[in-house]
Amino acid sequence: MTFLIQQTLLYAVPLMIVALAGVFAERSGIINLALEGIMIFGAFIGVLFVNMMQGFALFHDAFAAKSWLTLQGLELLAMLAAGVMGAVFSLLLSFASVNLKADQTIGGTALNLMAPALVLFLIRIIANQNTLGMAEGDAASWFMIKKSTFGIDRKTDLGFLGETFINKVYLATYVCILLFVVLSVLLYKTKFGLRLRSCGENPQAADSLGINVYKMRYAGTTISGALAGMGGFVYALTTANCASTGDVAGFGFLALAVMIFGNWKPLNIAGAALLFGLFKCIAASYASIDINGDGVCMLASAPISSHVYRMLPYIITLVVLAFTSKKSRAPKAEGIPYDKGQR
Amino acid sequence: MKNQGRTLLQKDGTKTVLASLLSIVIGLAVGSILVLVVGLFSDNLGMASAWEGIRLIFFGILSTGRNTSGSLTWGFNPQSIGNMLFRATPLILTGLSVSVAFKTGLFNIGAPGQYLMGTMVTLAIALGIPVSALPSPVIWLLAFLGGMLAGALWGCIPGLVKALLNINEVLACIMTNWIAANLVTWFFDANKMFQNTVENTKSSYVYKTAYGRTMVDGAWTYVDGSGVQTAKLGLDKIFPGSQVNAGILIAILIAVGVYILMTKTTLGYQLKACGSNRHAARYAGINDKRNIVLSMAIAGALSGAGASLYYLAGNTEFFWQTYQSLPAAGFNGIPVALLAANNPIGVIFTGCFMSMLNIVGLQLTNLTAYNEYITDVIISVIVYLSAFSLLIKMLLSSRKKGKPAQAAPDSPAEVKAVEEASAEKGGERA
Repeated sequence: MTFLIQQTLLYAVPLMIVALAGVFAERSGIINLALEGIMIFGAFIGVLFVNMMQGFALFHDAFAAKSWLTLQGLELLAMLAAGVMGAVFSLLLSFASVNLKADQTIGGTALNLMAPALVLFLIRIIANQNTLGMAEGDAASWFMIKKSTFGIDRKTDLGFLGETFINKVYLATYVCILLFVVLSVLLYKTKFGLRLRSCGENPQAADSLGINVYKMRYAGTTISGALAGMGGFVYALTTANCASTGDVAGFGFLALAVMIFGNWKPLNIAGAALLFGLFKCIAASYASIDINGDGVCMLASAPISSHVYRMLPYIITLVVLAFTSKKSRAPKAEGIPYDKGQR
Repeated sequence: MKNQGRTLLQKDGTKTVLASLLSIVIGLAVGSILVLVVGLFSDNLGMASAWEGIRLIFFGILSTGRNTSGSLTWGFNPQSIGNMLFRATPLILTGLSVSVAFKTGLFNIGAPGQYLMGTMVTLAIALGIPVSALPSPVIWLLAFLGGMLAGALWGCIPGLVKALLNINEVLACIMTNWIAANLVTWFFDANKMFQNTVENTKSSYVYKTAYGRTMVDGAWTYVDGSGVQTAKLGLDKIFPGSQVNAGILIAILIAVGVYILMTKTTLGYQLKACGSNRHAARYAGINDKRNIVLSMAIAGALSGAGASLYYLAGNTEFFWQTYQSLPAAGFNGIPVALLAANNPIGVIFTGCFMSMLNIVGLQLTNLTAYNEYITDVIISVIVYLSAFSLLIKMLLSSRKKGKPAQAAPDSPAEVKAVEEASAEKGGERA
């Protein structure tokens, strides 16, 4: 059970945070199809940051001296860097769709094409291969929180909760969950959140009450970019051993599916992300040995192919779209450039 | 009056071409700047290599490699041009696919999925039918038609949910794309007989269609050279050493066919009417739901045909473990269509341009320390610019002398261009 929960969380948390990124953009009235692209870019920036920082004596010595606090700080700094650069990258989308009133779908598609191209171009120049990893060591030895991190002997049993949530986990996972909660509160319980959401529903009415729609849409997309960039790095750190390959395996689009499945509401999104994370986990750990008696292997013996689990999130989303289309709660003004002169 | 209208139309056409050319130039310039910046800041790449990179970006198609003294040589390179035509084939067809959907007000981002389904069925037919059962031209035709049909059916799904349930086709297309990627992987994973075991150098590839299914000593095996290949029609004599075949001619014929369909037939008129204003079209007695599904089906069939022509060449391999990625040929249909302003004849040229960039990328990889991904950056910049191509057009028209600056955006031709250029939700918005 421990294994299953941990693996599910690994997949679900990036999905959750990136889906929330989508919510921020769409609630402000901008369709952010570029989530995948921003994730790829954020993953690259985060990995590059870690790679470069490993060259400094401070972090090098910290690793040798097993000063875990410094290393966790490096992890947080890399997340921050990925978030900041993700936000900068998303400015391309906001500029096109807010200032130039361009088509948001095409703009997002352009960013989705640009990110992997740019990232792979730079990776090939920097690393002379198609993957950029850490300069030395791996994600598990540098950043993973283990029993030894707290000075506990490896053989001590921490009980179910301890084993699941303290042993062999990443700090990034918990930071993301915390951010998710804080930002959901921001979106629903503050003045700023209300104003942002009003711009996605009826920007004309919002403008008539003195809200600057352009600023709000910029804010929404920038927060979205920051979250997606951070999510991209967290994905690369926790599931790809802190390596960037110009690819996040369609996670950005899956996050879009999570957002629709969660009906643009944070609590539903958290649930949807856990469900889709479970599918991903089952599909990924399909062939692996039954290490902890979690029964993942029992699923393998069932006559269902792992391909089905990989496909399920997309099929479910399509079906959910079909059933909820009549009373879909998508923000009403999403995708429509705001024009002051329009009635 | 009629004459006046025609000159206006011509002016609009020239503006479109100018806007596209401007996008291309800006895209190439951004690529060059990137090469320059990287060249300046990188230790092992200098100014000289950056200058070589920039020259290759603009004129790479005419590069003939390096001479003995190590400097770049230029001239007519039949291999590059032949390969350019070969790679243009799927791009022209996916470009047509996207542009047909655009004309009906739909953004067909599902081209990669339709392309994959076309690939799967084409390969299954071409490799599944024993060479002794049917003459190879018949197998070729069956595989081609099968690919088209598979693409059409896959394109119908977003079309149906859009027409009947009013679901945004972009989201439906994205979902069907990934379902297709998983389905195709599943299919080739389950049908081990298609997996290439003869050429053991690379794993997870399907047989080329040049391999034919033959009975040898009571067991089914694949024999090289006995399968189906698109006829060369002497094109390999004109462009020796390249992969070119008659597929490019078929693609051009299809483009002309689509042009006739869209401009000279009732069906084409109805499709365009639905794109301009779905509700007005319904009021005029046009069955808008049927036309939306039909438009997506045609778009899907075109994407499927692109995949068929690419993989029936006989010398192309398909990587079947594709569940984590979608084919670039599908996505690149979007810039091809946008650059051509959705004109089927224009698509032929923009398709060739895109494949030229592709070749340029290969030249960069082979001849310099830069790599082919720079051309993807250029393509993405072009897509980004075409998102606000209308703005570029307006800028161009305001530069025109003897014409009031603000007249252009209000003219009906321009408004029509808005609808076509922006792949907006079509009916929903109008």
